[in-house]
Amino acid sequence: MIYRETGQFKTTYASDVQLFPIVQDRVVVIAFLAFAFCVVPFVASDYLFRAILTPFLILSLAALGLNILVGYCGQLSLGTGGFMAVGAYAAYNLAVRMPDLNLIVVLVLAGLCSTVVGALFGIPSLRIKGFYLAVTTLAAQFFLDWLFARVGWFTNYSSSGSVAAPPLALFGWHVEGPVRKYLFVLSIVCVLALLAKNLTRGAIGRSWMAIRDMDVAAEVIGIRPLHAKLTAFAVSSFYVGLAGALWAFVYLGAWEPLAFDVNRSFELLFMVIIGGLGSILGSFLGAAFIVILPIALNRLPAALGIPLSTATVSEIELMVFGALIVFFLIAEPRGLARLWAIGKEKLRLWPFPH
Amino acid sequence: MTKLFSMKGLALAVAAASALAAAQAVAQSNEIFVPALVYRTGPYAPNGVPWADGFVDYLKLVNERDGGINGVKIAYEECETGYATDRGVECYERLKSRKPVAFSPLSTGITYALTEKAPGDHIVLITAGYGRADSVDGSVFRWNFPMLGTYWDGADILVQHVKKKGPLKGKKIALVYHDSPYGKEPIPVLEELAKREGFTLLKLPVTHPGVEQKATWLQIRQQRPDYVFLWGWGVMNSTAIKEAIAVSYPRLQMYGVWWAAAEPDVLPAEQAAKGYNGLALGHSAENNLPVHKDMMRFLYDKGKGTAAKKEEVGQVLYNRGMISAMLTVESIRTAMGKYGKGVMTGDQVRWGAEHLKLDPARIKQLGMEGIVQPLAASCSDHGGSHAASIHTWDGSHWSYTSDLYHADYKLLRPMVQESALRYAKEKGIQPVDCSREK
Amino acid sequence: MPSRRSLLTAAFFALLAVAAVVPMLIGQAKFPQWLEIVLGGLMSGVLYALVALGLVLIFKASGVFNFAQGAMVLFAALCLVRLMEKVPFVVALALTLAIMVALAWIVERVVLRPLVNQEGIVLFMATLGIAYFLDGFGQIVWGSDVYTLDVGMPKEPKILFEKTFEGGILVSTEDLLAALIAALLVASLAFFFQKTPTGRALRAVADDHQAAQSIGIPLNRIWVIVWSVAGLVALVGGIVWGSKLGVQFSLQQVALKALPVVILGGFTSIPGAIVGGLLIGLGEKLSEVYLGPLFGGGIENWFAYVLALVFLLFRPEGLFGERHIDRV
Repeated sequence: MIYRETGQFKTTYASDVQLFPIVQDRVVVIAFLAFAFCVVPFVASDYLFRAILTPFLILSLAALGLNILVGYCGQLSLGTGGFMAVGAYAAYNLAVRMPDLNLIVVLVLAGLCSTVVGALFGIPSLRIKGFYLAVTTLAAQFFLDWLFARVGWFTNYSSSGSVAAPPLALFGWHVEGPVRKYLFVLSIVCVLALLAKNLTRGAIGRSWMAIRDMDVAAEVIGIRPLHAKLTAFAVSSFYVGLAGALWAFVYLGAWEPLAFDVNRSFELLFMVIIGGLGSILGSFLGAAFIVILPIALNRLPAALGIPLSTATVSEIELMVFGALIVFFLIAEPRGLARLWAIGKEKLRLWPFPH
Repeated sequence: MTKLFSMKGLALAVAAASALAAAQAVAQSNEIFVPALVYRTGPYAPNGVPWADGFVDYLKLVNERDGGINGVKIAYEECETGYATDRGVECYERLKSRKPVAFSPLSTGITYALTEKAPGDHIVLITAGYGRADSVDGSVFRWNFPMLGTYWDGADILVQHVKKKGPLKGKKIALVYHDSPYGKEPIPVLEELAKREGFTLLKLPVTHPGVEQKATWLQIRQQRPDYVFLWGWGVMNSTAIKEAIAVSYPRLQMYGVWWAAAEPDVLPAEQAAKGYNGLALGHSAENNLPVHKDMMRFLYDKGKGTAAKKEEVGQVLYNRGMISAMLTVESIRTAMGKYGKGVMTGDQVRWGAEHLKLDPARIKQLGMEGIVQPLAASCSDHGGSHAASIHTWDGSHWSYTSDLYHADYKLLRPMVQESALRYAKEKGIQPVDCSREK
Repeated sequence: MPSRRSLLTAAFFALLAVAAVVPMLIGQAKFPQWLEIVLGGLMSGVLYALVALGLVLIFKASGVFNFAQGAMVLFAALCLVRLMEKVPFVVALALTLAIMVALAWIVERVVLRPLVNQEGIVLFMATLGIAYFLDGFGQIVWGSDVYTLDVGMPKEPKILFEKTFEGGILVSTEDLLAALIAALLVASLAFFFQKTPTGRALRAVADDHQAAQSIGIPLNRIWVIVWSVAGLVALVGGIVWGSKLGVQFSLQQVALKALPVVILGGFTSIPGAIVGGLLIGLGEKLSEVYLGPLFGGGIENWFAYVLALVFLLFRPEGLFGERHIDRV
């Protein structure tokens, strides 16, 4: 009853195809963004920023990238951790070797480096499909892992292989402290999420979805598979690389190649599947789920007053994680985004039953 | 419909739990908080567990036996890192709100990451026997304390020891190392020594977690190095020894760093590992010292011990964890000597660590005579002690097979300073003048 | 006229063979050392094939890419080694087998049946969930220490032909025994599939689910059987690997090694798993020892994958995999 479109007439094509055609949607989104930008910096605790919000935002950006590849274009990729590493090390090298570059330029260039690498490793997708492709993307993952551990140039010849991000500053505004880092990452994620949403609504997104659904039919009607798949890999790697650079610079501060290993790839894939394949909102929901779940599981025994050793808590975490994944897949294989969509559908009728 | 509600219910439950997670419990105001970043699961658990047990046991002992440090009790909490840097950082952030005074992350990777954060948060990093080798230079690394010895010390001492067996010119030494900051630390020193002593250094990296070593050891069999230095951790160690047995490489010529010379590494091969040598960081597997007897009396006999089996008390890694905790406690005590007997802050404990002095009399008082070398930290030497000896596995026990060596600081000091200054320049840190420090 | 596909494949293998022999001919590498590495590689390959077999079995019969195979290997080995502390070996073995069958039944009931018509990727993720669950569960129940699995495998190597070649040729007796066990397993599986009615039913299901159902083969029971057989294969793999490396957490990493084997050999072929395993094992060790030093070492992790990737470029379904026909 509240959430209905009656009375909202569109008089131009532009207003018809806008991002949030229903007024209520627009209001909620704007209110939510206002809350995130203006209220949260003042009310949330340091811990909430450092340990939950900032990693959630960065990982949702990476999940967004992976969703474009897996959800919209149907190319299963397990090499996401490696592409994050490319972005992180590219940003590091740019920042260290050209210290006068603007931070945004560094991040964008790092994303572009990752784009090139991603497109390169995406070339086999023209011949290889399905699980075979997934396993070959693992080649990218392990190769990149090795590359950053072995070739000294990437780590500026640091003897330990561990590198540290330089202090971040944007036009004199130092990105230090939990609140500033949060706002910085939030702005970047908002811009990029908008970009992703529009990409997927446009011609290029439609070509991706066509390839995903029936690639032979798509080719028959004139969509070039080479173009579609490589652009999917390229755009996806841009997002993932940029997220990797943010992860390294803003969240970790100092890192080594193991920070981007194959477990990271699986974690991102979980986010995308649980959040919902082929949905921008799904990437965010999935990321929130995966970021919050281990922390919640860790604190729950203490909160409930049951004393358990850290080892047991860790193992229970693993078990619950695995069980929840299976549970989610059975209950709603299309992910949390689908649940959200169902909820919205019900809201349109509420409180009427039909 | 029901599925939907049950899912929504679950999601709500998870959200509620996480909200609880955000609510922090602060440490009691009259307790000092010492967190323990440990790993009891994952591929490094076999070595992480005894260290963690020793660390926590000592903190418990100080509370039980002495009533705390000068009457101030220690609050501690374990956080599982799984040897992963990002989990270590997450643990650090989570525990920060409880005002910890010192962290001992037991991981060189996590140490590197926390070195960026700890100075800003005024938290001490006590990295006893690991961490950054260049953090010995306290003028740059104000908050890092690599007490007992660094990997550069270890590398130098190993070369000193094998040099005694015969001149090294023309010989070949293979370094089988864990492909991580931990494993790569000794390389600069070994390369420098290779140039000076005239031996060839063969570097053989092993990817985490280290179970794939067949090719590495086939190469060793081909190249026939005179000595193999093992810089591994977790299952990489036991796998290395097993693979050495499988290619018939004499264990007598193998030398492990002090993290690669403990029971979990040799027990899987047991008798076959006989002759394997390792660095002993001032202690081996002594288990009948006064401090161990106290452990039994105050903790294990009352069922309060952390280790699952009593036999673990006194093992190599248990002792090391215990000593790490002791160094933290003594740093706090030294700080109290200057700032009064109350709850200490990070800055105060930093001063305490920098002025920590453990002479033989004090070590005897602590009940650790024989497992701790005299230590004297200072602004220019945050390590305090740079000595180690060699111990060898005879199939069922460890026993010392050499005298105590001291790392050659004529060689190492310039390297440490150069590396520290490079870090300072990169980070824009102004090194303090140690001669002015009180 | 042989097809372009088979020409390319033949060329690829010829190239591989040349690459394998070249290190022996140039420079320092001598024949006995080269032979040692080849033997070592072939035997590692057999061990990888052991794990890959389980993957192939399940994929053949139910179309599920079972990522939990590694976790199953670890779980089976853990059960066995911990039970062996309390009861004699044979009893422990029987008990572990029973546990793996029970596991198969539970997996079929709880995970596979509700997800019966979902896409491959959903099932794959479900097996990932199973892997995590088994991981945590195994460690909670049996502990996370390193356990020594002693089934009497010899640890000391044999050195052959010491008179003919300097230093002799090192042959790991443990690996040789493991290879024999694997061969026995494959032979018995082949017998099972060809001669027994259940085996035939499994092949029917692998061929076409609907057709098998229409002639009355109970799919659910078949899946339980397949997962049980995969569990048995996991147990054998666990015994062999556990005896080599000790039963510990990283045992499941060997599953990651089995993946390039499976894609090289084809997801649906048992001989493919064996041949793929041999090729990957050989390629890995040769590359690590001869190419590795050029790159600073540590390349074997990704070399196997890159090898498989290159191979897939002109045989996208692997060596013996089924040709995938796309229909619009």
